[in-house]
Amino acid sequence: MTRLITSGFSHFILFIGILIMIVPVWMIFASSTHSGLTINTQGLQMFLGDSFYENYLRVLLYEGGFFKEITALKMFLNSFIMATGVAILSVITSLMAAYALVYYRTKYATLLFWIIFVTILVPLELRIFPTYSVMAELNLVNSYFGLIVPISASAIATLFFRQFYKTVPDELLESAKLDGANTWRFFVDFLVPLSKTMIVAMLIFMFVFGYNQYLWPLLVTSSEQYWTVVMGLKMMSGSIVHRFAFVMMSMVPPILIIIVLQKHFIKGVFQDK
Amino acid sequence: MKKVQFKSSYSQYLFLAPQLGILLIFLYWPIIQTFRDAFTMQDAFGFGTQFVWFDNFLFIFDDPAYWIAFKFTIIYSFVITLITASIGLLLAVQANNVMHGKSAYKTLLIWPYAIAPAVVGVMANYFFSERFGLLYHLFNNLWGFNWYESVFDSYIYLIIAGSWKQISANFIFFLAGLQAIQRSVIEASMIDCKNSVRRFWTITFPLLMPTTFFLIIINITYAFFDTFGIIDTTTIGAPSGETRTLVYKAYMDGFRGLDLGSAGAQSIMMMFIVLFITIFQFRYIEGRIHYN
Repeated sequence: MTRLITSGFSHFILFIGILIMIVPVWMIFASSTHSGLTINTQGLQMFLGDSFYENYLRVLLYEGGFFKEITALKMFLNSFIMATGVAILSVITSLMAAYALVYYRTKYATLLFWIIFVTILVPLELRIFPTYSVMAELNLVNSYFGLIVPISASAIATLFFRQFYKTVPDELLESAKLDGANTWRFFVDFLVPLSKTMIVAMLIFMFVFGYNQYLWPLLVTSSEQYWTVVMGLKMMSGSIVHRFAFVMMSMVPPILIIIVLQKHFIKGVFQDK
Repeated sequence: MKKVQFKSSYSQYLFLAPQLGILLIFLYWPIIQTFRDAFTMQDAFGFGTQFVWFDNFLFIFDDPAYWIAFKFTIIYSFVITLITASIGLLLAVQANNVMHGKSAYKTLLIWPYAIAPAVVGVMANYFFSERFGLLYHLFNNLWGFNWYESVFDSYIYLIIAGSWKQISANFIFFLAGLQAIQRSVIEASMIDCKNSVRRFWTITFPLLMPTTFFLIIINITYAFFDTFGIIDTTTIGAPSGETRTLVYKAYMDGFRGLDLGSAGAQSIMMMFIVLFITIFQFRYIEGRIHYN
């Protein structure tokens, strides 16, 4: 009986927690399906209206921006290119760097470790203007390369891969050596397949990280052709319901990825536990 | 370190090259420039730069606006950490307690983690707008809430906006921490102590200490850096610069004010603060290894 009561209490608390998370998003969604007039006269809405298709289609295809050069559809494409680029580039470089750190014996091991990991202390926000001048000097402003590479300059995934490699039994390398595998073969044929869960988790993590960037795209894209969704939020003009619709659509990709792939994500991040 | 390793050879550097190359060009080179900016001053027309030693640092220490941002950053990170860790822990304990629907609760509470801070800010905007903001009007009726003018009210606004999504990350980590506690420990404690509240604080919570410390660092980092997008889409520092974090102020001084010397000096101060926190974190990680 007490068990039932405490369990009921737990469900109640969790229910309230979920309400706090869902209600604000639901209200913006419900409001995004009404007409601008309804919002302006009656405020945010709790129930769905009948302008869903009208509002969302208009936002997707409307030429926004100061120079009317970009549609929301193009911004989504840009965000996808940026997020995918960040995920792939940072995961591949981190996977390789962590391998070199864990599986090679060298007297420079400590030095190399610090050169790579001290960078975690210096987020992009702390070096944003100099990074911008480097990009300008290299002529990389207004390019996908400029959006992707500075965000990929991160050793966070390296840290995770390093921790993971350390848990791999030594026998794996011993037997691979007996089979005559060289460093490259051991990496590609043994270690990468073994790290699959971790790789997926890091890809998800870095994709969301790249997609959610706000300040860097704002600074490095003066041409509207390269605007991303998240920075576009600040730039989009139009009626209030169109902005609601844009906000709703902007959060769909990362939420979908986290929900669909949450098992892999959690399994990878909490591997050592 | 591994007992079995490859002998160092050029191939090791081939594996390191991509990451090291990117870090050197897009991270180390800009950091060196940040230091150069911090110790030089541009003349009024931007034609030449002059080495000025610590003038930029002295200038920011003399600037009351810097200390306002400093105060806000400290209060903001403290309150966000406290709120998100408490609510995250409360929800995680309940989710760990229920027999059915554990994974459904996990799914229903994990997704806000994925939303960009800037998107959260834009949403918060709608709930705190004077025209149709529900929370604006609720609080306004309660105590005359007006974040455009009251510093306290603008704090409330940013604390709610900043905490909302971060609860999710705290929940996930605390739940993972709770699930990692061995069944036998819990069962033994159930025999020794019948009071579940006391059992939680004397047995479970101390075992969660590593997770708690880790989350404190995560939350502080979030409040320092990731809240940029929230502030830039909500108060933009209003009223009169009272709600700017150190990172936000440095950006504004560099971008709007074109004062790269001051922005550089502020960035370096921030690096020291982060370094200080990290040394603290490393100590804790060492402790955690002994713990297990």
